[in-house]
Amino acid sequence: MATLVSLQSRLPLIDCQYYYRNRTVDGYRKKEYKAAVKIQSWFRGCRVRAYIRYLNKMMTVIQKWWRGYLGRKHYRQMVKTAYLTMKMNFYNEMAVRIQKRWRGFKIRKYCFNYYYLKEYLRAISDTNQAIREALEEFAEMRGREKKKADLEKEEKRKQNQARKTHYLLSTKQIPGIYNSPFRDPDPMEFEIRKVRAFQMPSAAHQIQQTDYEDLSTWLACTSKRSFPRSDILPPINRKQCQGPFRDIAEVLQQRYKPLQPTLRVATSINSEKDAREELRREEWNNRVHDNVFLPFSSFSKNEKYVPMVQTSTKYNGISYAQKQFQEEEPTKWMSNKNCDTELHMGNRVDIQHSCTQHQQRTTYCLFLTSDNHFDISLVESPLCYYCCLCGHLQDTNVVLLPSIL
Amino acid sequence: MSQRQVLQVFEQYQKARTQFVQMVAELATRPQNIETLQNAGVMSLLRPLLLDVVPTIQQTAALALGRLANYNDDLAEAVVKGDILPQLVYSLAEQNRFYKKAAAFVLRAVGKHSPQLAQAIVDCGALDTLVVCLEDFDPGVKEASAWALGYIARHNGELSQAVVDAGAVPLLVLCIQEPEIALKRIAASALSDISKHSPELAQTVVDAGAIAHLAQMILNLDAKLKRQVLSALSQIAKHSVDLAEMVVEAEIFPVVLTCLKDKDEYVKKNASTLIREIAKHTPELSQLIVNAGGVAAVIDCIGSCKGNIRLPGIMMLGYVAAHSENLAMAVIISKGVPQLAICLSEESEDHIKAAAAWALGQIGRHTPEHARAVAVTNALPILLSLYMSQDSSEDLQIKSKKAIKNILQKCTYLPALEPFLYDAPPNILKHVVGQFSKVLPHDSKARRLFVTSGGLKKVQEIKAEPGSLLQEYINNINNCYPEEIVRYYSPGYSETLLQRVDSYQPLV
Repeated sequence: MATLVSLQSRLPLIDCQYYYRNRTVDGYRKKEYKAAVKIQSWFRGCRVRAYIRYLNKMMTVIQKWWRGYLGRKHYRQMVKTAYLTMKMNFYNEMAVRIQKRWRGFKIRKYCFNYYYLKEYLRAISDTNQAIREALEEFAEMRGREKKKADLEKEEKRKQNQARKTHYLLSTKQIPGIYNSPFRDPDPMEFEIRKVRAFQMPSAAHQIQQTDYEDLSTWLACTSKRSFPRSDILPPINRKQCQGPFRDIAEVLQQRYKPLQPTLRVATSINSEKDAREELRREEWNNRVHDNVFLPFSSFSKNEKYVPMVQTSTKYNGISYAQKQFQEEEPTKWMSNKNCDTELHMGNRVDIQHSCTQHQQRTTYCLFLTSDNHFDISLVESPLCYYCCLCGHLQDTNVVLLPSIL
Repeated sequence: MSQRQVLQVFEQYQKARTQFVQMVAELATRPQNIETLQNAGVMSLLRPLLLDVVPTIQQTAALALGRLANYNDDLAEAVVKGDILPQLVYSLAEQNRFYKKAAAFVLRAVGKHSPQLAQAIVDCGALDTLVVCLEDFDPGVKEASAWALGYIARHNGELSQAVVDAGAVPLLVLCIQEPEIALKRIAASALSDISKHSPELAQTVVDAGAIAHLAQMILNLDAKLKRQVLSALSQIAKHSVDLAEMVVEAEIFPVVLTCLKDKDEYVKKNASTLIREIAKHTPELSQLIVNAGGVAAVIDCIGSCKGNIRLPGIMMLGYVAAHSENLAMAVIISKGVPQLAICLSEESEDHIKAAAAWALGQIGRHTPEHARAVAVTNALPILLSLYMSQDSSEDLQIKSKKAIKNILQKCTYLPALEPFLYDAPPNILKHVVGQFSKVLPHDSKARRLFVTSGGLKKVQEIKAEPGSLLQEYINNINNCYPEEIVRYYSPGYSETLLQRVDSYQPLV
């Protein structure tokens, strides 16, 4: 308790002291507070700045790496593109080179082929030349034809004129108007001399009857013969004769009446014979078979079938389709040995002479002389015609041909 | 009164009618009588006579009517207005061949004047009877009806369609095969008239098999028939490539070329027209003609005739040359250019000159080689004079200008270009200077020649607006030469030199 009392006794002191102390502290409190704030602010500022510095540093690191990464990536990309471009350029250049060559070749070959063009132009000018000549010729031919036709026409006209004016022909006594005694005769005179005058058709000329071959042809004929008419007109204005004569027209009609033969006269004298002949011919034509028709029931039964000689062999003939023809070996046809025909005196020998120079092939025949030689000089010209002309001998070869005497 | 006296009255009347009709028909042949006849009312008098009992009077009346209607379109119209046509058409089917001929003549005479009159004939139903007449035995009737049909079809497409619808074409084709030359001629001309309007009509004619028969007759001796045949073929070929090929397939080459040498001018003209119509379609057809030697033949033909006969040949050369440079070269090789130049200077008519100018332009526009070929024939100065001349028609001026332009743009042959520096108008000068500016940088000899011939001096004298194409060309030329030379040839250089003398301070 004593402690308690001692403590309690100290209480006012403590109070006083507490008060005192508080009072002194209060006096410094504001100052200290401010100082503390300052210290804290400084410290905290330091800490935050350090942190920010740290952050910045880290940031730089991150950015450094990131940017480096991006840059490298970009660079790689760029290198890739550059490489690609370079490659493409190279390829393009090569392609251009190839294409250039190829296009040049193709164009020169197919489009602007100089030689072809030249050939084409030459061909055109040739064609033109040819067609010009042909047309010229054609025109000339047409011209000639035209001229000829004109000349002929003119000639005919002249001749006609001459025939018409034939009465102007000069006689021995009286010269015609074209044959003046003071001058050379006119060409017309000669023209007139050449031609014959138009002939007045005479009555004798008129009554020139055709012979009637057959009655049928005469009837069928619808030409002028079927309708008799007089070609000569009766003379006009003839005076009536004095006396008991018939009318002139009537007389003339009778006079110039065309011949109208009776049926009997018109028929040919041997018409009966002809008719018989015709009948016979017709019968012969129409006949099919000489044998009389026989009914087949009994006739063919008792007749024996006789085979043909060719088919009646006892060896079976080979049907045609399977027939084998003889084998042919052309190489065996001719031996390459020289023919050793025995030559006798007087034998005829054919000589074939082929001339390489003139491409001529001639065969001569001559006769052997006594000493198994033949005299080539016996033949008039043993050599080909051209060889004879040029006196050329060395390139000829003479082949003996066996021949039948 | 005896019977004889009674009959005598009738006989006299008949005689009088016959005489009247015959006299009218006779008078109608002279143009100076027509007016009088018309004023005397001949139409109304002739009309009843068409229905006369005597066939001779009917025929002669029809003949007189035909002659009157043939004279001018007033009278033809009077025939239409007088309601004569139905009578004619009616009797065309009924009467004998002489009357048919005369009636077809009237129809032809009426129909030839105008489309309206031809339409009036069609409206009367004349076509069917005319077509029936084409089947007549008598070649004269066939000829007359073919003629009438041709004249009706000539006017326009509808009328020829009407003729085709009446079924005339196969019969006309049959008529071509008849032996009579006159009938062939008329039938060919009718076919030509039908096919000229449209491709469809031409196709109908082709379908009737006309081409083979027409092509056969090219070698006929008769010139007038040849004219019509060639005209028909060209009218068929002009429409389309197919039709032209059909014509070519009838193997008309090289037979048709012989016609170019014919005596008759119109045969020549129609033959060149035919070749032109074929050539204008495609390069292949032109090539075919060139291969057949057609170009040479046409050029010879141009050389052998004058005036309008030349025109189709000239145009044919132009068409051929327009297709490709090889074809143009073929024309040059065939010596076509000198001939065209001759045409250009010789001919008096503007349209032929225009055609020749056009053809030359087509030939020269392909390559420098072509242009050179044209230039050496001295055609350019003629073209220029035609362009500059006041007398030339507008068309000729345009054509020659285009030709000059086409040729100049390809021309590298400087001697021919040089005269143009002196007398060409600015719009052409531009092209000339342009050609110089293209050639001179690459050709040293030409540069030298250009100076010595005074071309450079002339170029310096040209007044060009700064910045224009012409100025650019001039600058290009000037760049080819040393500066002194250019300055030496510039106008006013001597004055500047003298001025320098004036202003020069002597050193002493």
